[in-house]
Amino acid sequence: MITISDVCKSYGQFQVLSHCTTSVAKGEVVVVCGPSGSGKSTLIKTVNGLEPIDSGEIVIDGVSVAANGTNLSMLRSRVGMVFQHFELFPHLSIIQNLMLAQVKVLKRSKPDAKKKGMALLERVGLTAHAHKFPGQLSGGQQQRVAIARALAMDPIAMLFDEPTSALDPEMINEVLDVMVELAREGMTMMVVTHEMGFARKVANRVIFMDRGEIVEDADKDAFFGQPRSERAQQFLSKILVH
Amino acid sequence: MLSGFDLQAVINALPYLFMTGMSFTLTLTLFATLGGIVFGTLLALMRLSRYPALSYVAAGYVNLLRSLPLVLVIFWFYFLMPYLGQWVTGGPRPMRIDPFWSSVITFTLFEACYFCEIIRSGIQSLPKGQTMASHALGLTGGQSMLYVVLPQALRNMLPLMLTQTIILFQDTSLVYVLSITDFLGATAKIAQRDGRLLEMYIFAALVYFVISLLASHAVRRLQRRVAIIR
Amino acid sequence: MSYNWNWLIFFEPSMDGSHTYLETLIWGAGWTVATALGAFTIALTLGSIVGVARTSPVTGLRALGTGFVEVFRNVPLLVQMFLWYFVLPELLPSDLGTWLKQVPNAQFYTAVICLGCYHAARMAEVVRAGLESLSTGQRMAGQALGLNLVQTYLYVLLPMAYRIVVPAITSEFLSCTKNTSVALAIGLMELTGSARAMQENSFQIFEAFTAATTLYLTLNLIIVFAMRAVERLSVVPGYGTTKKAG
Repeated sequence: MITISDVCKSYGQFQVLSHCTTSVAKGEVVVVCGPSGSGKSTLIKTVNGLEPIDSGEIVIDGVSVAANGTNLSMLRSRVGMVFQHFELFPHLSIIQNLMLAQVKVLKRSKPDAKKKGMALLERVGLTAHAHKFPGQLSGGQQQRVAIARALAMDPIAMLFDEPTSALDPEMINEVLDVMVELAREGMTMMVVTHEMGFARKVANRVIFMDRGEIVEDADKDAFFGQPRSERAQQFLSKILVH
Repeated sequence: MLSGFDLQAVINALPYLFMTGMSFTLTLTLFATLGGIVFGTLLALMRLSRYPALSYVAAGYVNLLRSLPLVLVIFWFYFLMPYLGQWVTGGPRPMRIDPFWSSVITFTLFEACYFCEIIRSGIQSLPKGQTMASHALGLTGGQSMLYVVLPQALRNMLPLMLTQTIILFQDTSLVYVLSITDFLGATAKIAQRDGRLLEMYIFAALVYFVISLLASHAVRRLQRRVAIIR
Repeated sequence: MSYNWNWLIFFEPSMDGSHTYLETLIWGAGWTVATALGAFTIALTLGSIVGVARTSPVTGLRALGTGFVEVFRNVPLLVQMFLWYFVLPELLPSDLGTWLKQVPNAQFYTAVICLGCYHAARMAEVVRAGLESLSTGQRMAGQALGLNLVQTYLYVLLPMAYRIVVPAITSEFLSCTKNTSVALAIGLMELTGSARAMQENSFQIFEAFTAATTLYLTLNLIIVFAMRAVERLSVVPGYGTTKKAG
């Protein structure tokens, strides 16, 4: 579904991504972890073209992301993304947030978009807040809306960029529950996160990145059981102590 | 279109334009800036004082002048000052005031309102701890204002005050409405005398443009250097 | 003080013979309002375009935007007024130039366009500041959903940017209204110009300028109240705070 081949990216002298190669098959859940500054957020943003790459190739469902003729807008509408800071549109109500891209990009009619939006709000348990504004919701509620907003586009894959890092501890679980259910329904997911409990529950594979490189790329059991690289071992020991 | 463009006319007029016109503009800018900052600081202190009388008078003055167009204020002061002078000196008829000094007073009193707001926000944005620390050391309110607060506030607000000076420099062109010969006035005089409106006004625009552009770039560079030190 | 006060001067016929001075002043205020509204409409539209251009990822557009702003901000307003009114007709082909000079109410149209461009440059900076205060994540979120750059600006970025800068827009509008007075130098009979004419004609200096002052202060109040209503309408519920409730 998603193939990343030999992707490199640098900001001036600084090499952010260095020969990254990996893939995510249909229905697979891949967790990307690593210390801060390892490039994992940048990597996931290159997948839907929000960050351009210097060399290499990224292919989603047969379409190359960086190629000149690609309709990026159409491609992005088929891949959902959830951001660390939710990034709901503050001037629109919750339901309007869900409807905007459906109407403008997928050209659905407003009643259809609204129906889809309300159905998704029900799925994440937030129908009562449909006509409120993002600023009136808690962080956990906003992130669940953000997931619904991405799902409203009927994506073939979902990208998550540290979805729970900006949340207070008591709200992390409500968001993770939604993500777990999504994974169990067979959604193709690529998740950048520190939440190893989530990884253990639903991930198929775990990727460990450090200093712009993919250091380890293994099945979940192999990764948690016996990570091969020392850096991965150090990282795991630090975050799994909690 | 440009076939009639006479560069020689501009070159011939250069001495008059700069010796008479620009020197008036620059001197007026300088005096009004200094006066404006001094009076503006005074107004800011009045607005922030504990005595409601001082505070309201200053606020009223600043808000009044900021609500009026500069052109109108120029007319007001131009006509009011001779009568005020007569009243103050008890003379038999309105006092005659030199156009330069009339302009200096007008611009000082007007721009002081804008400087006041800049300085006031500079004083208020200083952390309260500064005043507390100076009081704890035993400095009086006046001393802490003079030696601790104002120096810092003025330094912080320097880029904004310099920008206001550039605005003042451009505003001086409005003395034209009283037929006073600043740089623009001098340009207009030559333009009408020689029938060379095109060349003279374009030249005037270019001169103002270059001076303002260079000055604002200098201020921006200063801002960046100050920002790093902070 | 050797000044003769005559507050009844307002009811005496003015220089054109058919109106009282009071009516002439009110007409002047009307021209002030008309010029300010016309100019500010241009300023909002043109300024938004330039402001967006200055934040766009296209280098050419950014350079053009910067050029526009630098030109119109570094030349005094009065000089710009002269360029539009005296110099522009000379630069155009002769028949176009002659036609321009003979358009009725040429001073009004010139003042509107001149003020429009002057304030467009300042509005561009206001809009740019508003856009730059938004988190980069907003643009990314819009694009991640598949919105193209134009759609992202129209539906996500600009609506929030405008709401954030309403106070600055108010201040610019007030400034624009005051700046209409500069047009008296090209002969527009707006409020200050009318007061000046009244002063020159009747020698009742302070009555004339007091009336003009009162009218400007009234205009100020009206604009401030109107913009406060706009500010209330533009409030985004909960913006800037994320509550922990529910």
